[in-house]
Amino acid sequence: MKIFNFHLMPYAHADLEAIKRLGTSWMTYPNSYYDPKKGADLYHEYLDQLEFADELGFDGVAVNEHHQTAYGMMPTPGVLAGALARRIKNGKLAILGRALPLVNNPLTIAEEFAILDNLTRGRFIAGFVRGIGVEYHTMGMNPAESQERFLEAHDLIIQAWTRPGPFAFEGKYYKFKYVNPWPRPYQDPHPPIFTPSSGSLSTIRWAAQHRYTYCQTLAPIASVAQTFKLYREEADKFGYQATPDQFAWSNAIYVAESDEKALRDVRPHLEAYANEFLTRDPVMMAPPGYTSVESIKRMRALKSFMQGRSTAEDMIARGIVIVGSPNTVREKLAQYQDMAGFGISLTKTQFGTMPHQMVQENQIAIAKEVLPYFKDRLPQPTKAAAE
Amino acid sequence: MSPVESFVDLDDCRIKILRAGQGAPLVFLRGADASDDWRPYLDELARRFDVIVPEHPGFGGQPKPKWLDRIADYANFYLDLFDRLELTGVHLAGHGMGGWIAAELATRDTRRIASLTLVDAQGLWLDGVPTLDTFLCTEEKAITDQFHDTKLAEAEIARRLVPDSEDIRLNNQVVIAQTTWQPRGYDPHLRKWLHRIDVPTLIIWGAEDRLLPQAYAQEWGRLIPGAQVEIIAACGHVPPIEKPAEFVSLISAFAAAERAAA
Repeated sequence: MKIFNFHLMPYAHADLEAIKRLGTSWMTYPNSYYDPKKGADLYHEYLDQLEFADELGFDGVAVNEHHQTAYGMMPTPGVLAGALARRIKNGKLAILGRALPLVNNPLTIAEEFAILDNLTRGRFIAGFVRGIGVEYHTMGMNPAESQERFLEAHDLIIQAWTRPGPFAFEGKYYKFKYVNPWPRPYQDPHPPIFTPSSGSLSTIRWAAQHRYTYCQTLAPIASVAQTFKLYREEADKFGYQATPDQFAWSNAIYVAESDEKALRDVRPHLEAYANEFLTRDPVMMAPPGYTSVESIKRMRALKSFMQGRSTAEDMIARGIVIVGSPNTVREKLAQYQDMAGFGISLTKTQFGTMPHQMVQENQIAIAKEVLPYFKDRLPQPTKAAAE
Repeated sequence: MSPVESFVDLDDCRIKILRAGQGAPLVFLRGADASDDWRPYLDELARRFDVIVPEHPGFGGQPKPKWLDRIADYANFYLDLFDRLELTGVHLAGHGMGGWIAAELATRDTRRIASLTLVDAQGLWLDGVPTLDTFLCTEEKAITDQFHDTKLAEAEIARRLVPDSEDIRLNNQVVIAQTTWQPRGYDPHLRKWLHRIDVPTLIIWGAEDRLLPQAYAQEWGRLIPGAQVEIIAACGHVPPIEKPAEFVSLISAFAAAERAAA
């Protein structure tokens, strides 16, 4: 298993009471709550953490993109990846991912990613996403065009990386008389492509068709396993067998001396993450056309279910996160790998309000107690999987 | 009076048309409630006009046409429909998004049009006069925001938000987003050509419209040559439903006056 250190870079000093009162930490949570002095310190701590992860032997580091939210301070992740590119000496550098339909000119993403691939001499991983529903409000893009724009932007970027330029591209949304980006990617034909998603069937099918690594965003392990199974079935239909490196599970891990201490330490930060930083008005998340009518109806039906607060115990029990002693964490990670069959773990070591020193201790513990045990570990067939 | 329902196949799509009454043709283009049923104000209009209410392509559970990207596409479609139905002397009226379509249509070609009536129409942006974001609220709130009279809003919610129509409502929303999301509810190019409208034009507006404040009525009136602006008191965004008597009498008097003048 490859274990990446994944960061969301939350604004950890967010006013949790204000978020509760407003019912959102996204879009309409006023940016007057952002203190640039505290924010600047956080950026430096978070970048230090990712550089530290590389020194500790994590297989890679990863950032992502979200807009107008305390949940994550990376609206332009390329800037942060650029800051990391000369400091990450060993592992991969991944942006998981950039939201292709949110820009009017996806060629800028082809250019940005190609630079990062050159800077890292071929250790860059390119993530492509659609962005989440609320981002069609914050970025002023039409959600009804999201799917089509994503596919067309993807085609444009891949062509920009692989077709000898200059050539013309005449799509429905993007039209360029000249496509001839400098630099070209370092990797041949282009960086590996990861497709993070919350599990929509159309994305799973599309990723399987292109053999892109599918990343399941935060979800209970049972549903992760189910989603990966769907991908494997789609891969079968496309005439090949999917391999573990095509599956990445996005999780959070916290290790301490004992299960009790780990739970005690992690509770306020994990619960702030699950309840406040992830808080958003459901209406924001489902702009028309972004998802199918069936998905919107499913979300509406789930509304009552989602209204209660998540507890740390609940998130641990459902296998959304792994928290505990070294032994517990190793056992669970192995069990979950066997259940779901992934070859990549995208692991957050910081979440919610967790402070710098606690994150570093967690990183050290994971590097010492977890990484060495999983270095070449592949999913083992389980009884359940064999059935 | 119950309308006659028919279907027309045109431009690779199928639309439903409700039609009732006799007299000069009055085509009514509805707004976001476009899949709503036949309402009393249409009965009243049908006493005086041949009332024709088409359901916009892509609404009512029909697939979204491949050619549909923006409101201007609807305008061209309805010009095709008027040709197909061989309508002449049309009194064209539109509410909300339907008003926007009607205005776009009239900037292109008024040969088949006798008069234009815009009712709390979308389509313009006025600096300093914000509009409500109808995409950032629940369906209940969206209806509440449309009415001045809260009791009427409650009745509309009970009548319209029924499980049977959920699929159609959600599908309609996708088409509404496709055509009106960005820029939100207007086209910056439309105002440049409103001076081309060369038929008598009536602007009807609810004084208490919270989606599109009354200043928008005055702006339409300023931009369309000779337009007459009528504000209905104690009325929200949907005069045909909130003040049907005033609405019908304004539109009827306007058409009659134009006939007398012609």
